[in-house]
Amino acid sequence: MSEGNRVAVSFASVSRVFGEVRAVDDVSFEVADGEFFSMLGPSGSGKTTCLRLIAGFEQPDAGRVTVHGKDVKGVPPYERDVNTVFQDYALFPHMSVYENVEYGLMIRKLPAAERRRQSEEMLELVKLSGLGGRKPSQLSGGQRQRVALARALINHPSVLLLDEPLGALDLKLREQMQDELKDLQRRVGITFIYVTHDQGEALAMSDRLAVFNHGRIEQIGTPGEIYEHPATAFVAGFVGVSNLCEGEFARRLTGSPRPFAIRPEKIAVLAADAPMPDNAISATGKVSSITYLGATTRYTVAVDGGQLTVVRQNSGDGGRTPAAGDTVRICFARDLVQSLKEDSA
Amino acid sequence: MTMAASPSVLQRVSSALYLHPRLLLLLLLTPPLLWLGVIYLGSLFSLLLQSFFYIDHFSGAVVREFSLRTYRELFTASHMDIILRTTLMAAAVTLAAAAIAFPLGYYMVRYASMRMRAVLYLGVMLPLWSSYLVRVYAWKLILAKEGIVTWFAEQLHLLWLLNAILSIPVVGGPSLSISYIGTFMVFLYIWLPFMILPVVAALERVPRSLIEASADLGAHPRQTLRKVIFPLALPGIVAGSIFTFSLTLGDYIIPRIIGSSRPFIGQTVYQLQGVSGNIPLAAAFTVVPIVIMGVYLMVAKRMGAFNAL
Repeated sequence: MSEGNRVAVSFASVSRVFGEVRAVDDVSFEVADGEFFSMLGPSGSGKTTCLRLIAGFEQPDAGRVTVHGKDVKGVPPYERDVNTVFQDYALFPHMSVYENVEYGLMIRKLPAAERRRQSEEMLELVKLSGLGGRKPSQLSGGQRQRVALARALINHPSVLLLDEPLGALDLKLREQMQDELKDLQRRVGITFIYVTHDQGEALAMSDRLAVFNHGRIEQIGTPGEIYEHPATAFVAGFVGVSNLCEGEFARRLTGSPRPFAIRPEKIAVLAADAPMPDNAISATGKVSSITYLGATTRYTVAVDGGQLTVVRQNSGDGGRTPAAGDTVRICFARDLVQSLKEDSA
Repeated sequence: MTMAASPSVLQRVSSALYLHPRLLLLLLLTPPLLWLGVIYLGSLFSLLLQSFFYIDHFSGAVVREFSLRTYRELFTASHMDIILRTTLMAAAVTLAAAAIAFPLGYYMVRYASMRMRAVLYLGVMLPLWSSYLVRVYAWKLILAKEGIVTWFAEQLHLLWLLNAILSIPVVGGPSLSISYIGTFMVFLYIWLPFMILPVVAALERVPRSLIEASADLGAHPRQTLRKVIFPLALPGIVAGSIFTFSLTLGDYIIPRIIGSSRPFIGQTVYQLQGVSGNIPLAAAFTVVPIVIMGVYLMVAKRMGAFNAL
C-alpha cells in the first residue's frame, strides 16, 4: 500500500506518564505514507494516548514523535498537518452540517463561496449530499460519523487520525462503514491511523496493525502475520480466539514445555480410532460441550492435562459430526503451532 | 392468594392510580398549577390591570376605569430619568458581572483541581448564606470616606487616583458610598453569584473534545474561544444576565443605602405605593422591567443565543 517508502509518522522510544501510570511506555513504530495503520488494544492500553501524541493534545515525556520527518515537540494541534475524527464525533452543536464541515476552511479564511463548493464536494464523498443545512442533533449516529469524517478530510491532512470512530454504531452499520472507510482511504490516498479495540475491525481494514497492551506494543505486522503468527500469548488471545497451551500441558502435546498457541479452526476432530497423520500433534479426548454458532460449531474437547477448543465449519457435506461425550482424536499439523515468547503477559 | 382476595384500601388506590396515569398526573399537577396560575400569574395580571387605572389627584382615590392616563404620566421627563438611570445601572452591572464570571467560570471548569473548584464554589455561594442587609451595610462601611478603601488608597499614596475617580461628573460623588460607582460596586458584588452559577453550568456542558476538535481543525485558542466556547456558553450568560439585570432593575434597598440620593425604579415603586398611595403609577413602573426583559430576551433569541440549547 505504501507509496514509496516515505515515513508519515514515527515514534522513537516515546513515553507518556500520567502520575504513576505509564500510559505509553517506550513505544517505537513507523507508519508509511498512504498506509492504513491500526492501533489495536484493550481500553487503557495506550493506543488513544499515542493518537493524541500525534494530534498534539499530549506531549511526550520522553522520546521523539515525528510527522513527515519533522519533530513535532511543542507544536500545538492547530499548527499540525493532521486531523482527527473523534470518538464522540465532537461536532459543533451550534453549527449546521455545512458550518461544521467548513470549519477548517473558515479558520483559514477561504471565501464563503469556495468553502461551500468544497463542503458540497466532501458531503458527496461521504454520501451526505443535501443534508448540509441540518444541525448535528438532527442526524443519526452514522450520519454524524460521516460529517466528522468530511470535516477532517476537507483540510486534506497528511495524516488522518481516527479514534474508535465506529464504536458508537450498531453492528450492521459498523460493518458497512468499515468497507466505506477502507474504500475512502484508497481513493483519497491519505495515511489513516486508526485506533480500535475491535480486533475484527483492525484485521478487516488495516494494511498493518500494532497490538498494544499496558502501554507497550506487543507486536506489529500485517493482519495475516498477527493472526497466523502471534508473537505473544496476549496477541494470540486478544486477536481472534486461541488455545493457549503451556507448561505440562504443552509438554504432553508437543514434547516441549515451551508455550504455544493453536487456533481452534486449525484443529481437526477425527474418530478415536483414526490413524494418526504424519508430522502432526495429536491426542485423544472427550467432547465435553458443543455450541452451535450458525456458520460454525464450537467443540470443547477435554484431553489429558487440559482442554482444547475446536471450531468446525457447518459445511453440511455429510461428514460425521461428533456428539457430546464421544471420544475423539484431535490433531493438528506441527507447523501450525505458534511458539510464544515466555515473558509475555 | 390471600393478597388478591382482600386488597387493602391503600393497595386499591395505588392500583387505580397505576391503571389511570392521567388521574395521577392531575393529582400531582393541580397544586403547583393552582399556585402558578392563580397566585403567581393572577397577581401579575392584577398588577397589569392596576396600571391601566388612574388616580384622581384631587381626592387621591384610585379610579377603576380603563385609561392610559397613568402611562402618560409615566412617560414624563422626570420618570423617564428614573427608568433610564435604572436601566443603565442594570446594564452596567450585567456586563461587568459577565466579564468577571466568564473567565472565573472557565478557570473553574477547565483548569481548577477538584479541591480548588470546591473552594471557589464555596467562595461564590458563601455570601448568599448571610443576610443581604448585613452585606450591604458592610459595604457602606467599606466604601465610606473613613472606610478601608480610602485608608488603603492613602497607604499606597493613591489618594489622588481615588479622588480623580470620585471627581468624574455624574458617577462620582463626595465618597464612594455616596456615588453611583459605589452603588454599582455593591450591585455587582451582591448579584455576581447569580451570573457565575449559570455560566459555570453552561461551560461545564462544553465537552473538552469540542475544544480539541477546534484546535485540531486549525483554530488558534482565541478563535476557538470566539467560535466555539463563547457561543456554547452564551445561553448561560443570557440566563445569568436575566438574573443580574432583573434583580438590579427591581432592587430598592441598595440604592437607598449606598449611592447618591437620586431614585431608582424600585425605590420609586416603594414610595408610590406606600407614601403616595398611587398604586396605578407604581404598577406602571413595575411593568417597565417586565417589558425591558421581554425585549431583551427577544433580541437575545434573534441573535441566536439559544441556538446551542
